[in-house]
Amino acid sequence: MHEKAAVEVAGLVKRYGGTTAVDGLDLTVEHGTVTAVLGPNGAGKTTTVEICEGYRKPDAGTVRVLGLDPVADGAALRPRIGVMLQSGGVYPGVRAGEMLRHMAALYAHPLDVDALVERLGLGSCGRTAYRRLSGGQQQRLALAMAVVGRPELVFLDEPTAGLDPQARRATWDLVRELRADGVGCVLTTHHMDEAEELADAVAIVDAGRVVAHGSPGELCRGGAENTLRFSGRPGLDLASLLRALPPRTGAEEVAPGAYRLHGTVDPQLIATVTSWCAQNGVLPDRIAVERRTLEDVFLELTGKELRS
Amino acid sequence: MNGIATGTHSPAPGAAPAGRMIAAQAALELRMALRHGEQLLLTVVIPTLLLVLFSGVDIVDLPVDGGERVDFVAPGVLALAVLSTAFTGQAIATGFERRYGVLKRLGSSPLPRWGLMTAKTAAVVGVEVLQVALLSAVAFALGWSPEGNGAVVALLLVVGTAAFSGLGLLMAGTLRAEATLAAANLVFVLLLLGGGVVVPLERFPQAAQDVLALLPVTALSDGLRAVLQHGAGVPWTELGILTAWAVVALTAAARFFRWE
Repeated sequence: MHEKAAVEVAGLVKRYGGTTAVDGLDLTVEHGTVTAVLGPNGAGKTTTVEICEGYRKPDAGTVRVLGLDPVADGAALRPRIGVMLQSGGVYPGVRAGEMLRHMAALYAHPLDVDALVERLGLGSCGRTAYRRLSGGQQQRLALAMAVVGRPELVFLDEPTAGLDPQARRATWDLVRELRADGVGCVLTTHHMDEAEELADAVAIVDAGRVVAHGSPGELCRGGAENTLRFSGRPGLDLASLLRALPPRTGAEEVAPGAYRLHGTVDPQLIATVTSWCAQNGVLPDRIAVERRTLEDVFLELTGKELRS
Repeated sequence: MNGIATGTHSPAPGAAPAGRMIAAQAALELRMALRHGEQLLLTVVIPTLLLVLFSGVDIVDLPVDGGERVDFVAPGVLALAVLSTAFTGQAIATGFERRYGVLKRLGSSPLPRWGLMTAKTAAVVGVEVLQVALLSAVAFALGWSPEGNGAVVALLLVVGTAAFSGLGLLMAGTLRAEATLAAANLVFVLLLLGGGVVVPLERFPQAAQDVLALLPVTALSDGLRAVLQHGAGVPWTELGILTAWAVVALTAAARFFRWE
């Protein structure tokens, strides 16, 4: 049906005065997938997303969203995308249902507003003005406003920032429903668990560039290796163990009786370790495989904490 | 929180027809204006109080030309009503909409900017219609006997609205919301006192009168007074001053308005 990707960003550059917010960023988002743009504050996530939404013009590079130029073809693009800003966007004195009904009136085939209000647990907000809603309620209203027009693609800028765990899960459920119904989703986050949980593809952004791109699994597998830990009696002959293991596997006794192996941790490696233990009369205790998280990947790539 | 049937979110994008979008936006803005207490104070309570007070009590010596005091006060208060809605109310509301990202959010909706501006204008005119109806009813109750041609009055009100809207949007689109709030209220008070609304311009020194006569609120209240109090035809001088303000202010607003 679609020949091109939902979002194609190539060589994007955006400067504000002397600072370069986005510095040669490339990003491709396939139709109907969830893509997480992951990075610390100031990485250029919001700038990139807002350029895709048509809010500002790039200084260099090309941006196509649903095959359209977000600025030049903005009038054609806007009815087809849903936008959740990082904050605000709602009249302080408006009621939640009233604002949502208003947004629905701007679209040709909107969702049923009452069902959506119910779905997002906003029914209790009643006649309360927006400025008196809780942070979570305000976030859910902004999310509802992004999806009410039945868009092909939604941009969610930190949709779960400041939410409690229950509200985060509710937001994740909605993103999964969107994906199941064929709606593409670009979300920014600095929660790696959110990216791991939701995303088909992750773009890790730092200092205005994509430093790694792939599925969460690919990112966690690639590059540096995983770790296997076990305990046994102190002073095992690690040279003998290493001879049994594949090349480029490392082993060390990090504390008396506590051993750490790093390398390609696969079922074969675990079998080799346990059989070596059996041959040497060692009862390995507390065997644990530690997979890399996106947080580890990020730290390795940038030397920074993700939530700095 | 219950799940929702698969397929609910299946894409069905599209903008509503422009007329429906603008009507919805205008209705929302009108409801917000009528719900906002401080705005109602400016747009309804203060003009009504001034109308009653200055018509009934001999606070200042008014040039009534053999008529009632209300014949002098009512046109000025109608000009004040336009000032309060098109300038002060609109500047403050739009300034905070900009500050809270409402304008930004609407900017990525299907509603085009010209549609938003049309809707804002419609909401302003809607409030003004209610103001004129209320203030006229009060004035009639106070013995008002207006003269002149209603179409000329409407023309003056429309051009005055354009001038004040331009000034209000220029302020809202360039200053911080708090600065807009303070400045719009200050300008309202200054123009109320010095713009020939309830205090006759003749009370000021001649040099001041020459300058004050060029203010948009003075042009509007004097123009309305020429027609409604004295039965004049088209007050060309005042209409010219208002048109000049409208052109300059709307051009500057279009040029300098920042949406974020």
